[in-house]
Amino acid sequence: MLQHYLQLGFRSLRRNPVLTALMVLTIGFGVASSMTTYTVFRAMSGDPIPWKSDKLFFPQIDAWGPNPRRKGTEPRDTMTYIDAVSLMRDHRAHLQSALYPIAPTVHSDDPTQKSRTAPGQAVSSEFFPMLDVPFLYGGGWTAADDARHAQVAVISKSLNQRLFEGANSVGQSVQLDGHSYRVSGVLDDWHPQPKFYGLTITDAFGPADQVFLPFTTATDAQLATRRWFSCINLPGPGYAAILNSSCVWIGYIAELDTPSQVSAYRNYLDGYAQDQRASGRFGWAPNNRLRDFSEWLDFEHVVSPQTRISFVVALCLLLVCMVNTVGLLLAKFLRRSGEIGVRRALGASRHAIAAQFGVEAGTIGVAGGVLGLMLTWLGIHVMHGSLPREIAALVHIDLLLLWQTLLLAVVATVLAGLYPIWRAMYVRPSLQLKED
Amino acid sequence: MSIHPILSALRRHKTGTILIALQIALTLAIVCNALFIIRTQFEQMGRPTGLDEHNLLMVATTQSGINSDTDAGKATLDASIKADLTVLRQLPDVVDAYETNSLPLSNNTWGLGIRMMPSGPYGSHTTYFHADEHTLKTLGLRLVAGRNFRSDEIGEDDNFVGILQPAVIIVSRHLADNLFPHGDALGKPVYFTNATQPSTIIGIVERMQTSSTRSGTDNMTWNTTLVPLRLVTPSRHYVVRTRPGRLAAAMRSVPEALYAQDPQRVIPDGTGGDEAGVRSFAQIRAEAYQGDRTLAMLMGVISIILLVVTGSGIAGLSSFWVGQRRRQIGVRRALGATRSDIVRYFLVENALISASGVIVGILLTFEFNGWLMGRFELTRLSTLYVLIGVVMLLLLSQGAALAPALRAARIAPVEAIRSS
Repeated sequence: MLQHYLQLGFRSLRRNPVLTALMVLTIGFGVASSMTTYTVFRAMSGDPIPWKSDKLFFPQIDAWGPNPRRKGTEPRDTMTYIDAVSLMRDHRAHLQSALYPIAPTVHSDDPTQKSRTAPGQAVSSEFFPMLDVPFLYGGGWTAADDARHAQVAVISKSLNQRLFEGANSVGQSVQLDGHSYRVSGVLDDWHPQPKFYGLTITDAFGPADQVFLPFTTATDAQLATRRWFSCINLPGPGYAAILNSSCVWIGYIAELDTPSQVSAYRNYLDGYAQDQRASGRFGWAPNNRLRDFSEWLDFEHVVSPQTRISFVVALCLLLVCMVNTVGLLLAKFLRRSGEIGVRRALGASRHAIAAQFGVEAGTIGVAGGVLGLMLTWLGIHVMHGSLPREIAALVHIDLLLLWQTLLLAVVATVLAGLYPIWRAMYVRPSLQLKED
Repeated sequence: MSIHPILSALRRHKTGTILIALQIALTLAIVCNALFIIRTQFEQMGRPTGLDEHNLLMVATTQSGINSDTDAGKATLDASIKADLTVLRQLPDVVDAYETNSLPLSNNTWGLGIRMMPSGPYGSHTTYFHADEHTLKTLGLRLVAGRNFRSDEIGEDDNFVGILQPAVIIVSRHLADNLFPHGDALGKPVYFTNATQPSTIIGIVERMQTSSTRSGTDNMTWNTTLVPLRLVTPSRHYVVRTRPGRLAAAMRSVPEALYAQDPQRVIPDGTGGDEAGVRSFAQIRAEAYQGDRTLAMLMGVISIILLVVTGSGIAGLSSFWVGQRRRQIGVRRALGATRSDIVRYFLVENALISASGVIVGILLTFEFNGWLMGRFELTRLSTLYVLIGVVMLLLLSQGAALAPALRAARIAPVEAIRSS
């Protein structure tokens, strides 16, 4: 039966090719614009650590209080050095790390090689197990290394390639900003995007980090942050003054495995802020946040507003295309009222009519989907030229997107066909026969 | 011609009428907002920075391993900066150069609050740029009042964050008017965040944009200050004006000259953003507005698709109606209606439907704009855009109905007696 309907459908589609072409084009363009903007949206809103992201939390502590120079009551997304160190010392989460982005210079022993800046992070030893960072050789440093401010480093696969030609360099030393650090581990390929752990201060889609140093060691070496530094009151001269200031510049991640741990951590943060108030450092009631992974990405505007607007407007376009298809299908189906009337009079049930026209709508959907796929491919090609390089690299067609595009086209067409099919089902047989 | 018969005919195909009206309404709402977004983006991208942007380039460089916290380190860095600048200014491709922390549009913002009194309320805020007596010439900034810095006024700033209190400053006219609305800013003292010493405004430049393009307010976009300080830190930028036509050559000769001064320094050799050590101002501008350009392009493409889809949809349904009413048209023709009567009938019918669609559409347009404003910090849509959209859609709709109407006019009176 399906085969018969397919034949009927194809014959009917051929009978008024202009109307058919209009519908296929409508669905194709509607689907393609939605899918093109969706691929960009998908690339930017990705979760690079899906197995663990629900356990990662990002505490914020209000170290500035209510202030006329600030908009709203949201605490800053970074912490003061004082608060970050206190939270690390109290160690209330299962795993946690304060962090800030650094950019030490890597000197090469080979004088013909130019020195390069290596983007990286100052983190605690727990950063690596917390984020399941993969190692090629060795591993992270120990908590004891954190405590004694050891001169150790974890380097990326690419930096290891450049400095040691890919050999196992654990135990070797690297020269960073003129100081010597012992390599404790070499990362395997690791470039989570968006770079959720460094959002507060780095770009979400920047280059992969190449070097990781203990937080304690980095501040000893007076390494500056690579990104934003915000102050409500400016510190005096010197690095020590910055560490003691109310300037915020340090990010923080905590792993909390259960809801009870999360609420316990919330209480702890409030207690901490209360203590600061009692000691006179904060002159305001606790105003903390403990955002989870997706709330954090949202708060940091990882998906650019332009990407969101484009996606929303493209979805609206799809809606108009569907309205358009309803009208065209209606015209197409009702033009054949005579045919329907004859089939009904000859004993075809309403279901049979519905099935026949449903198949016809579905066929248009598939054709629109195929066209949509080609246009999406074209759209993505164009987008590659107009997106920042790092984001363009994440925007691609995969098998999932292929199926999603086809499915969207068929679902959109069949949805648009519901009303026209319903009207076709209720064409009265007697009336049509009488008129003809 | 009476509208009454048209209305009663419309009542007989309600669904089609509603569908077309709905489509026109939705299209109007989307196209108006899309056009408005495009206009907003182009307006942003078209703003002049106040700089003479041709023949301008910026180099980022880092000299690591020197601690600017110590006097010896500071002296080393200071000597190195002075030597770099002397070499750069002598290059044949170069007109002038200076050292700074940042440039307009470079997305690297250094900001401070400004007060009229040392501990009074904040009068405004500003983005500040490190500058010296070569800055105005290098950037091509137009001084509209006062004077340039003198070389003996250039101090040192050895901290990337800290209290700034230079004796003299040059501000943008926007900031000057912002602080002193009576136009008497020249010679007045102001105090930066936590400063106890005043900074006197000795010069006002016509226009200078801040580093960020994502600024919500005018003050965030145009409040700028030049501070007469050499930034004595390991990481810094040199801004270079090249001779006309020598930009491409200078983009190679400038880093070469700097490497000759210190082979161990870092000048990133990537192609974009922070990874690009040497960038022309054209590239800085292109990177700053990349997102806006892409958004404008997408809105344009979507608008065109939308108009084509809606136009062809109207044409499709109109010709369906013509086909449905062949016999009636034949009867009217037989009864003496002229061809132009028939054309007019279909065009008036279409105009009635589009008009009702447009009325609903205007409401939807402002609804959609309100929603976008709430979520994306867009401004309120101006009525002009709605007007443009309305005219555009009415014309499109009439145009789409014209071909079926003309076809209807060609129906011969004999159709009246022919069975369909």
